[in-house]
Amino acid sequence: MANTGWNEFEIGAMLRTFEGKIDDIAGTLQEDRAYTQNSSFSASVADWRIEKPVFNKDFCIDCQFCWIYCPDISIISRDKKMIGVDMDHCKGCGICVEVCPTNPKSLLMFSEQADEEAELAQWPAKDKEKK
Amino acid sequence: MSEMKKIKNLKEFSTSADRFEGANLLCPGCAHSIIVREVLNATNDDLVLSASTGCLEVCTAVYPYTSWDASWIHIGFENGSTAVAGAEAMYKALKTKGRLKQPDRNPKFVSFAGDGASYDIGFQWISGCMERGHNIMHVVLDNEVYANTGGQRSSSTPIGSSSTTAPAGRVSYGEKKNKKDMVAIMASHNIPYAAQVAPNKWKDMVKKIQHGFAVDGPVFINAVSPCTTEWKFDPKDTMHLTDLSTDSLVFPLYEIIDGHELNITYRPKDVVPVEEYLAAQGRFKHLFKDEYKYLIKEWQERVDAQWAHLNRREEARV
Repeated sequence: MANTGWNEFEIGAMLRTFEGKIDDIAGTLQEDRAYTQNSSFSASVADWRIEKPVFNKDFCIDCQFCWIYCPDISIISRDKKMIGVDMDHCKGCGICVEVCPTNPKSLLMFSEQADEEAELAQWPAKDKEKK
Repeated sequence: MSEMKKIKNLKEFSTSADRFEGANLLCPGCAHSIIVREVLNATNDDLVLSASTGCLEVCTAVYPYTSWDASWIHIGFENGSTAVAGAEAMYKALKTKGRLKQPDRNPKFVSFAGDGASYDIGFQWISGCMERGHNIMHVVLDNEVYANTGGQRSSSTPIGSSSTTAPAGRVSYGEKKNKKDMVAIMASHNIPYAAQVAPNKWKDMVKKIQHGFAVDGPVFINAVSPCTTEWKFDPKDTMHLTDLSTDSLVFPLYEIIDGHELNITYRPKDVVPVEEYLAAQGRFKHLFKDEYKYLIKEWQERVDAQWAHLNRREEARV
């Protein structure tokens, strides 16, 4: 369907963002929704990134600042816990790292090619200069 | 009336299921989607949305994708507000006639527009909606420039800002006219609620949005939306810029109830000098040349005068 040109549809054709019927979208989490190819959820902007955020669970205090200020709905929070970054939709803007209040930060930006496990192993230690 | 969503703290807020999707084409670090998310997540009710032409519209509805998980319409540059007002009028009529299949669902009607589509092009349409008393909310994503088409000045562009149609150079310091006070103009329609919000003060914002949803009648919301491309700052600094704009009182946060009851909802503990706000943005870079330094002083005086004016209005309840 994604390959069909807009002018190839019949007048009155309908493209749906969900398969079947959803009664309560506001009460359905994203993993429980049956997205079709017409929702931008099924697209990816991962190739926009030059730097990627890496999440270190050990220092996270679940303040959810990154969740509220993420412009791309890429911070996945479930049951009041931050559980990771959605790498399909993250554009690598770095806002989450800027607003992270922990010391050291629980999110840091690394180049897109960086190895996540290697970076986690050498995470910066607590900075005593800052309060 | 359906029950209002209870949001006590950020942890509770973070259990919301977003109805705005990622992989939209807004710039990295764009404040538009932060504002949209905070508005949509403030309620669990069904939504009827519109977007006037602007960054938000062109970036969230690119064939074959849509980023909206709610009824959404785009018609023209000027008439996003009237489209939603029409839907609201139809809803009201069908409800009165008893022809709604689910009369208890109580949808909320919101129109989003940029400052170009609100301050300039859609001004008459919004004014009409406010005057007719539709039960809608109009949210302005105020980035002070036509960012979608390459940064032309709008009537929201502030003095001294360099834009493509009012550029700074050898003979000019850029925009020469002051910004229009849209919240006051809309409040003078005697609408039940008008407010200025900022995405960094999410609690204040959600409170105002929920108040707006609860009242019966048109609601006007002006949200500051720092634009990384046209204000020329690093994408990661969006929230820092928003903090500066509210703490320097360039964007004071206040609400006007029924056109006369003004409340200031955020008083910064440490007021930041306006110079710091200007220095953080590339569009004001030229103001720091010696010949234009006087403009920074004028900026500070103007912001102070506006703050004093708001305080006087709050005291006098007029």
